[in-house]
This record gives sequence, C-alpha cells and structure tokens, in this order.
Amino acid sequence: MFKLDEKPRVFLEEFRVKNAPDDYGMADEKWDFKKFTKKFRIVIVRMDKWEMEFDLIGLQPAFANAFRRLMLSEVPSMAIEKVMIRNNTSIIQDEILAHRLGLIPLKADPRLFEYRLEGESEASEFDTLEYSLKVKCTAKSQNKDTFKPEDLYENHNVYSSQIKWQPVGNQASIHKEQDVGPVHGDILLSKMRPGHELDLQLVAVKGIGKDHAKFSPVATATYRLLPEVTLTRKVSGSDANLLQSCFSPGVISIDSEGCAFVKDARYDICSRNVFRYDSIKDAVILSRIRDHFIFNVESVGALPPHIIFIEAVKILRNKCKTLLEELNKI
Amino acid sequence: MLKNELKLSELPGDDDSGLTCRTYVIKDEGHTLGNALKCIINRYEDVQFCGYTVPHPAESKIHFRIQTEETPALEILKRGLNDLKRVCEHTMDLYETKVKEFNKT
Repeated sequence: MFKLDEKPRVFLEEFRVKNAPDDYGMADEKWDFKKFTKKFRIVIVRMDKWEMEFDLIGLQPAFANAFRRLMLSEVPSMAIEKVMIRNNTSIIQDEILAHRLGLIPLKADPRLFEYRLEGESEASEFDTLEYSLKVKCTAKSQNKDTFKPEDLYENHNVYSSQIKWQPVGNQASIHKEQDVGPVHGDILLSKMRPGHELDLQLVAVKGIGKDHAKFSPVATATYRLLPEVTLTRKVSGSDANLLQSCFSPGVISIDSEGCAFVKDARYDICSRNVFRYDSIKDAVILSRIRDHFIFNVESVGALPPHIIFIEAVKILRNKCKTLLEELNKI
Repeated sequence: MLKNELKLSELPGDDDSGLTCRTYVIKDEGHTLGNALKCIINRYEDVQFCGYTVPHPAESKIHFRIQTEETPALEILKRGLNDLKRVCEHTMDLYETKVKEFNKT
C-alpha cells in the first residue's frame, strides 16, 4: 500500500472525514516545553500594510484558536463612542447617524492611548480623541441645463474626510491630524439637500471587540489547516486533465509526458470533486495536516497585521502574568 | 473591571478532600484563556482531570476545575499559567525574528 510520511492528518474521504488510525489526537501527548520549542515553527508567507498570511506549525489547536480569538475580540483599537448632536436636519436619524459614525475605522494608534475608566466623565488627552463634523448643504447658482446633484448643490454628499480633528489638551504636539483621522476619506456618511445641516461633536475612545465589533482591529482573522493532495498512482492522458479540473487552479499540473503531478496543494479549497469520477477516485488521497495552521489576518487600518498578532499574544501573556502575580500574593 | 479587584477565587466545597482538587473561578475570562490553559494542564503527568466551563453566557467568568493524584491543585494551576506564559513569550520572540527576516528579503 502507498505509505505517507509521518504527520498528524485528517483524511477527507468520499463520505466521511477520518482521523489517521495511529493518531490518538495531540491531546494525549505529555506536555513538554522543550519539545514544543523544538517542533514549533513560524513561516511568513505574505505581508503588507493591510494583510498578511503566515503559518504556525507544530502547535496545539487550543493555542491557535486562542490567538485568533484574541485578535478578533481583545486587541484594542480606537472608535467613535459618543456623538453629541447639536444640529441634525438631514433625513438620516440621529441614532442611525451616530451608529454609522461609530463604525468608521480610525487611524489612531491604540497603543498611545489608555482605556477610559468607567464612570469617568472628564475627557483627558490620554484617553480621548475629539472630532467635529459641521456640514451644511446649499444650492449652487441655478444652472438650468443640468439635473446632476453635483452641479446643483454644494455639500450634498457628506464624506468621512470632512471630519475635523480637535486636539484635547496637549494632543496637538503629540499627534498629527493625518495619524488620527479616518482611515478612508471616501466613506459616504449621509446625503443631503439644500437646507439640511449637520453639526456634530464626535468622541472616540479606546475599546475592545468584546464590547463592540467596531473596536476590533481586524476585518478578518482566520486560520485553516494545510491541505495536502497525494497521488498514489500514475494518472495520464485524458484522466490527467479530468484530475486537474477537479481541483483549484494551480494545484495539479501536467508534465511533458502528459502525467499529472501535485504542484501546490496549499490553496486547494478541498472540494471532494475527484470522488465523482470512478476512473480517478482511487488515485488520490486528500488530507489536511492537523498541526499546520495557515493564518490570514486582514487589518482594518489602525495597526499593521503583524503588530495585531504580537499584541494578541502579548495580551494572553499578560493575562497569565496578572493571575500568577495574584496567586503569588496569597 | 475596577483596579485592585481580585480576578481569582475558589469555589467552596472541596475543603474535605485535601489540596488535590479545587474549582477556581476566574473573573472576566472565557474560552480564550480557559481552553488554552486546560490544554496544557490536561497533559501534565499527575493530573487526573482538568476542565473548564462558562457557567452562564451572560456572566463573564469561568469555572476551572483541577483534580490531581498528589500535587496540590494550586501548584498545578501556577505551573500551567507559567507554561502558557512561556509559550506566549516564545511565540512572540520567534514571530518577531521571522518578521524581521521577512522585511530584510
């Protein structure tokens, strides 16, 4: 029989998902920190300001999941929390407008701010950012030949770029306007017509995704297991083409002799299309590596994704630290 | 949470059975810490049972149960937290070096 190398796997069979017979689950291994450090590997695949993909290899699913959960709901970011409405004569209601404003991603680095304590009413320069939004829609001098709103009205669209930062206390000397404003300037907030007016005071604070999703620093943070496709026999001719069509593009390639080979199974979506064809279904083993996690982190804009991951791990470490300190006091 | 408030307490009822079994209540924690910690402690040599539960989804706390053969449960909890801390520190160090390497190329 065809022999695979030794790795913990789950097999994707035609009608079921099967664990390897000699694999009793990683939960049975005894804990050994040295063994962990020896096995654990990190590979960064792709990284820029907004998105990154990296692999954590040789890790318990519990840790991978903890990191994912931390990125989503416990890494802080700044978001508009309170909106003081002095005047709103537009057709969008106060509470809807306030909610919309809350969801605007802000560039401000949450690491430079502190949490605003509960019950504290005074805003300080260390925990609060204030903005104002004052827009009035007016009619332009009549131009009879056109019906386009941009020719007829001034300020008929309100965009996030019109939000003005107002430094509290000493903030002007620490932060720059372009570092604390909205990440995107082209978010449409409201549409107005002559006579409509907005006059708002916005207050942004530091918070975490557990409290409200607007505080989450990531758009997505997911992991999946590394897919693996193995061919157990030679597949050639029209079968090779059929095999290729069963997988995502780039997974199966065909060499000069017309034989199919697995090029790169990493980006396979793990559909089980092959099992529809009797002629080739015995030629493949589909599986996933159980301790190889492919993370995908997409930032909302305040922090680059690699910082978000570091912050997440730091938060877990600090949780352990505070609990240990408490235990040692007793 | 207010400052100086304790995060950790003990559930009553285990006083008669020695030091080897305890249920700890950890405030303001959930599956994130609970599952990761359980995963480490369950794999210790001396541990009979370790599990956690979120008793009610509206209350932000977990009950963390440890039962051992001989070692005091408190010691196991400390060891678990320490090991989890070391895992985090190792991950951070390794990750930072990998990011630096990636940026160089």
